[in-house]
Amino acid sequence: MFEGLINFVDGVSSADNTHKPSKKKVKKYHHHEKTITERLEDDVLNQKSDSFDKFYSVVAIIMAIIIIGSLLFTVSFLPSFGDPTNPANNIVSEKYIVEGVKDTHAINLVAGMILDYRAFDTLGESTVLFIAASAVIILLFANKTKKEHEAEEKEEQKYENKNDPILRHGALLIVPAILVYGIYVVLNGHISPGGGFSGGAIMGAAIILYNLAFGDKSTSEFFSFKIYKRIIISALMFYAISKSYSFYTGANQIHSIIPKGVPGNILSSGLILPLNICVGIVVCCTMFGFYSLFDREEI
Amino acid sequence: MLSLEQNFPFVCIILSMATGILCAALKPKKAMVVCIANLVINFILSLLALRYCIKVGDFTVYWMGHFPAPFGNEIRFGILETLLATGFSLVMLLSILGGLKHVFHDVDESKQNYYFLMQNLLFASILALIYTNDLFTAYVFVEINTLTSCSIVMLKKGRETLVATTRYLIMSLLGSGLFLIGISILYDITGHLLMPQIKESVEALAATGAYKFPLEMIICLFSIGMGVKSALYPFHSWLPDAHGSATSSASAVLSGLVLKGYIILLIKMFYRVFGLEIIYSSRVLDILFVLGILAMTIGSIKAISERDLKRMIAYSSVAQIGYIYLGIGIGNELGMAAALLQVLVHAFTKPMLFNTAGAFMDVADGKKKFKYLAGAARKNMFAGIVFAIGALSMIGIPLFAGFSVKYYLGLSALENAPRVVLSIIALIISTVLNAIYYIPALMVLFRKTEDTEKVVFIPKNPDIPYIISSIVFVIANFVFGKFASYFIDLIIKGLGMFA
Repeated sequence: MFEGLINFVDGVSSADNTHKPSKKKVKKYHHHEKTITERLEDDVLNQKSDSFDKFYSVVAIIMAIIIIGSLLFTVSFLPSFGDPTNPANNIVSEKYIVEGVKDTHAINLVAGMILDYRAFDTLGESTVLFIAASAVIILLFANKTKKEHEAEEKEEQKYENKNDPILRHGALLIVPAILVYGIYVVLNGHISPGGGFSGGAIMGAAIILYNLAFGDKSTSEFFSFKIYKRIIISALMFYAISKSYSFYTGANQIHSIIPKGVPGNILSSGLILPLNICVGIVVCCTMFGFYSLFDREEI
Repeated sequence: MLSLEQNFPFVCIILSMATGILCAALKPKKAMVVCIANLVINFILSLLALRYCIKVGDFTVYWMGHFPAPFGNEIRFGILETLLATGFSLVMLLSILGGLKHVFHDVDESKQNYYFLMQNLLFASILALIYTNDLFTAYVFVEINTLTSCSIVMLKKGRETLVATTRYLIMSLLGSGLFLIGISILYDITGHLLMPQIKESVEALAATGAYKFPLEMIICLFSIGMGVKSALYPFHSWLPDAHGSATSSASAVLSGLVLKGYIILLIKMFYRVFGLEIIYSSRVLDILFVLGILAMTIGSIKAISERDLKRMIAYSSVAQIGYIYLGIGIGNELGMAAALLQVLVHAFTKPMLFNTAGAFMDVADGKKKFKYLAGAARKNMFAGIVFAIGALSMIGIPLFAGFSVKYYLGLSALENAPRVVLSIIALIISTVLNAIYYIPALMVLFRKTEDTEKVVFIPKNPDIPYIISSIVFVIANFVFGKFASYFIDLIIKGLGMFA
């Protein structure tokens, strides 16, 4: 340890005159002189397994077996699935089932749970989607110039299915139907099974199919990066602002002015319908954004 | 009807989220203004909320919606939470100010607004972890925290950061996964997600002795999960890469705040989900105590052999996190208070060191190896003095903040006889080891070389935000050193409201 310290100060002072440390020192500080990438390359290229590596893999396997075993052992203690006397069947789920419609005015209890009882969690979840999309943008978004664009397009024309008549006509028939179905699932989220997450995924799939059949250019006419940013930001902002009004009134026990409507009607259940639309937009944009970024590093 | 101040914690969380989302649409400079304005507002609101909590002397439960505890989400805050939020918003503001110059240099121009986006959302998630009273909300914000902190590492251009981010992401997801498994088992045996209700059922289960093994497993999963995410010793391997390669203010925020958010969540689960009696009887604190001591020594030994300034500071974080777990592991109220004081002190010291490392890299053409940094402090004497103060505080010289933490850790160990000897020895060894790497680092930085004959106090084109932030950090360091007893009193009062 102390030898290392002395070498450390020495190494620094000798480094000014000659930037080459002596061979012995390189061997000694093999690990620390290298950057992360160099170490990674070393690991990948020189796959010599020394005794430590063997020891390490054996220990890793043993550890994994112990962890898996103890987790399985834990599961054997847990209450059996579907038993009505389980701890999870308590007043909470009872209230959700018995008073859910009265409280939230949503026939679909799941929508009532995620967008009214536990709306703060769902705000977090939609933000997670937004962050994931932003992280992929940071990682993959390439600022291409026009020239690069054209060159790439030429290159890709060989492989793309742009001029495939079967695909184009098929897509022309299917895409509107899928899109309408997705919108239906979102808008009826509070009445029937479905909601923002599932409907958004359906709409995203429709746009991806359209993009596959008709190419990037015609997609970007109605779905450019600018539009993507505008609608995803306004959807999330609407969610945050409208829901913070309801959080505020809830916590302060003020009467909320948002009308609840008659359960079962399309315009009912207060904020659940607009929030479902917001979540649907966020999910749809994120799906298409992921596809587009991984495909051509752009939206 | 609540009073106005009781709304502030909720306003802080929502405001940080909304401004973060808004940053995606703004130009970098405007995003920067929005981010800084948000942090200033957050600081003021948290301070007012803290004042309110001290005045009233009681905690507040805030419904997130129209439904009370077992049915809807809620947040809960007392002195401790608002104190941490106040401190963290100040640290966040100062770290971002201190590294502002490097952000505009290190990050690709079209992606600079994403840096501020990620910082704001990261801050929102840390606030939510501090305030939440609901385990699943905690998990959602742990997810946000993971993704945003990986993104701010990744934002710096270069291959090095990508490798570091991949490692960080894998380890971090492992931690969240363990945490999620723990939550689902806990839900299965209690049927609740809100902390007060879980505690009731857990106490009932412990009284009857049912589900003993799953309960121990849950404590184990939570501790390991949060340990991985807060770089407790055997799970620390991702930390030096991630913190050593990110841009300086990102490193500052990651080591100053992100690690602490998880530790606070763990402490909160000990107090509010299991209750201290079950934690004491489960002996998890023994393990955390041992791991804390190992972290304190081995983290420092690793730092000694490091040739790279930022990686050395990053390894020093491993050792400092060890102090926090040592305090938790001592297992009495004063130990917990000392651990929380260390959370604040380290949050105020480490960002200062990382930002100062950035300032040294500026005068050494962006290099961070020690051999290129010889004499860097003479080219920027202001940064040199700031670094010296930070280093002395880390070593634990009296008058500086680090000393007061060690003092209270020692005091709390004296109250718990079986752990006195080990804790005191560990504190002494760790102090010596800290000195062994910080003092040579100072010697190298201040060494006279050929091109540093003349000492320059502040280089040309001074980085005003960095200077301001460093001065505030230094003042905060002395405040913690001088008035530590006040903060300890405040934290103990807060812990009383915490459970």
